[in-house]
Amino acid sequence: MQFSSTSNYIVADELALAVQAAVTLEKPLLLKGEPGTGKTRLAEELATSLGVPLLRWQIKSTSKAQQGLYEYDAVSRLRDSQLGSDKVHDIANYIKPGKLWQAFTAPERPVLLIDEIDKADIEFPNDLLHELDQMEFHVYETGEQVSAKHRPIVVITSNNEKELPDAFLRRCFFHYINFPDAETLAKIVHVHHPDIQRDLLKTALEVFFDVRKLPNLKKKPSTSELIDWLKLLLVEDVSHKQLQASDGLMPMFGALLKNEQDVQLVEKLAFMSRRRES
Amino acid sequence: MLIEFFLCLRRHGLQTSITELLDLLKALEQQVVFADVEAFYYLARLTLVKDESQFDRFDRAFAEYFEGVEQVDLASAIPEDWLRRSLQRQLSDEDKAKLQSMGGLDELLNAFQERLKEQQKRHAGGNKWIGTGGTSPFGAYGYHPEGIRIGQEGSNARRAVKVWDKREFRDLDTEGELNNRTMQLALRKLRKFARTGSAEELDLDETIRATSKKGGMLDLQWRPERHNAVKVLLLFDVGGSMDDFIYECQQLFAAARSEFKHLEFYYFHNCVYEEVWASNERRFSAKTPTRELINRYGRDYKLIFVGDATMGPYEIAYPGGSVEHWNEEPGAVWMQRLLAHFTSAVWLNPQPKEHWRWHHSIDMMQELMGARMYPLTLDGLSEAIRVLLKKSATAAPVS
Repeated sequence: MQFSSTSNYIVADELALAVQAAVTLEKPLLLKGEPGTGKTRLAEELATSLGVPLLRWQIKSTSKAQQGLYEYDAVSRLRDSQLGSDKVHDIANYIKPGKLWQAFTAPERPVLLIDEIDKADIEFPNDLLHELDQMEFHVYETGEQVSAKHRPIVVITSNNEKELPDAFLRRCFFHYINFPDAETLAKIVHVHHPDIQRDLLKTALEVFFDVRKLPNLKKKPSTSELIDWLKLLLVEDVSHKQLQASDGLMPMFGALLKNEQDVQLVEKLAFMSRRRES
Repeated sequence: MLIEFFLCLRRHGLQTSITELLDLLKALEQQVVFADVEAFYYLARLTLVKDESQFDRFDRAFAEYFEGVEQVDLASAIPEDWLRRSLQRQLSDEDKAKLQSMGGLDELLNAFQERLKEQQKRHAGGNKWIGTGGTSPFGAYGYHPEGIRIGQEGSNARRAVKVWDKREFRDLDTEGELNNRTMQLALRKLRKFARTGSAEELDLDETIRATSKKGGMLDLQWRPERHNAVKVLLLFDVGGSMDDFIYECQQLFAAARSEFKHLEFYYFHNCVYEEVWASNERRFSAKTPTRELINRYGRDYKLIFVGDATMGPYEIAYPGGSVEHWNEEPGAVWMQRLLAHFTSAVWLNPQPKEHWRWHHSIDMMQELMGARMYPLTLDGLSEAIRVLLKKSATAAPVS
C-alpha cells in the first residue's frame, strides 16, 4: 500500500513513510504537533484513500477507557424489567459496543482514530495497553471474548497537554508533525484555494510567516488559520497591493490572531516599524 | 543487526527498549524502506523515539554512528536567547558577582562571542566541542558537550544537507529529572473525592433499596459523579534569585494546572507583603491585596508557597524591609496572617536542601511555617502533600 498526497491533502514524505510503516507492522501511530497541522485530517484522508470506514473516538476529559470497549446499560434493563419485556433475560441486549469493539468486529479493516488522547485522565492510556497490543478484550457481563478479525489501523493524536506513560509509548510508532515550510505551505494552500493569485499568495505567506516569527505570541497561527484567512481575503476580494499597503494590522486579522493580547502586540509592532520608516 | 546502533543510541541517553529495536528490525524485514539512508533515518526515529524532545539526541547519535564525529565549524551564530537561558541556570553566585563587574549579561555574552572566535582560530583543526575555558569567567562553570554545541554553519542555505545534521529539534531537548508526568503523579495524591454537581450516575445500592421499599416498583436513584474536590492556592515567588529555578517551577505549575479544578495562583517577590499579583505582565497595575486572598478563599483551600526563601533577613522581619517598596508591616506579619487562615499550608523550596542552612532567611521562614518547608523534589513533594492532607495541620502561633 502506498499512501501519498491526494487532490485535497498534502502529506510530507516522512509522514507518508510513518503511515506506511504503521500500517505494515500493524502498530498504532501516535501523532503530535502544533494544533492545526493536520493530525486529525490525516486519519480521515487515510481512510478515504484506502477506501475503508473511519471510526472516530473523540476523547474528552471525562472519557474512560471502558467506554471505548463497551457500556452496560443497566438503567434500560431495569426499566424493561418493569415493563415485562422479554429482552430482559439476555444481558447481551444491554451491552453497547464502543468504538474499539466496532473496530475489532468491522467486516473490513477500518481506520480507528483516537483523537486528542491527552485530554483524558492520565491513567487512560494505561487502561488501553492490552487492548491496543493484543487487539482483544473480555466482556465481563456475558463472558464473551472480543478479538479483532483484522487488526484496525489505529491513529492516535495528542496535543501534548499531558505526558503519556512510557509503557504506552513503547507500543506506538511516534511521529511529530513539523510545521510546514513555505514551499509545502504554498502547496497546501493551492490545494484549498486553487485559483488564488500568485502575488496575493506570496504576500499573504510573507505576512503569515512574519506573524509566526514574532516573539511572545500567545497562540501562533497555524495552517488551518492561514487557510481560513485566505478564504476571507478571497471573499472580500483583497488585492495583494492592499495587503502590502496595509499599515498596522493586516486585513481580516481576526482569522489569524485569536487572542486580544496578540492583536495588541502586532498592532504595537506595526506602529513602531511605521515610525522607524517615517 | 544494528546492535551497535542501538547501543550508540543508549549511550546518548535515549531510553529505547529492545521491543522497539525488534519493531525496527521487523519493519526492515518487511522492506518498508530499502537502501535509502534518509528513509531509514525517519523509520528509525519513528520506531525508537517517542518524544519530540528526544529528537535532538537521536540526531546526534545517528550522526555519530553513521559518519563518525565529523568536522563542524564553530558557527558564529549562536541563538542568543538559548544561551541566555542556559547561562542563567548555570551561573554560580561567584559568576554573578563577576558578571556585575563585567557590566551585565549583554557584555558577558559579547565577551563570550569574542572568545569563541579566538577559539575557532586556535582549534583550526576543527575540534567539535568548546572546551572549558580555564581561567575565563566561562570556565568557572564549564560547558558540557551536551550543553552547548554550535550547529553547522549555513545548514539552512543548502537543501542538500542531511536531515539529522540540521538538528531542527535542538531547543526541544530537555533533561527533565522531575518531569511533568512524575510530578503529576505525585500531585495526584493530593486528592479528595467528593460528589458535587448534578446527579448523573446511577446509584445502584440506593436504587435497590428504594425499589424494594416500593414493593418492586422501580425507583431509580441518581448521584453526582466523583470529582477531585481539593482546592489549591499557589503562591509563586518570581524574579531575582528565583530565575535559576524557572524550569522547575514551570513544571510544577503545568502539572498542578492539569490536575486540579480549583487552582488559584498568585505571585510575590521574596516574601509576601500586603499585595500579590496574578499576572507578571501587569504586576504593577493589577495587584490583589493579600487581605483579599484571606477573605475570598475559604479555610478549605490548601496553601502552597513556592519560593527559595533566600533574601535578607530584614525582608522578613522589619517594616520597610522589602527590596521593592515601602512595606508598613513586616513580611512575617503577613505570613502569620495567611497561615492563621489557611491552616493547611506548605512551602516548597527549589533550593537543594543541603544549601538551606547557609541562608538565615530560610531558617526564619522554616520557623514561620512551623517546619513545613520541603524541597521541590519528588520526595519533598510527596511529603508536603502528606502534610497537606492531614486534618489537624498545625499553624504557626499568631502573635
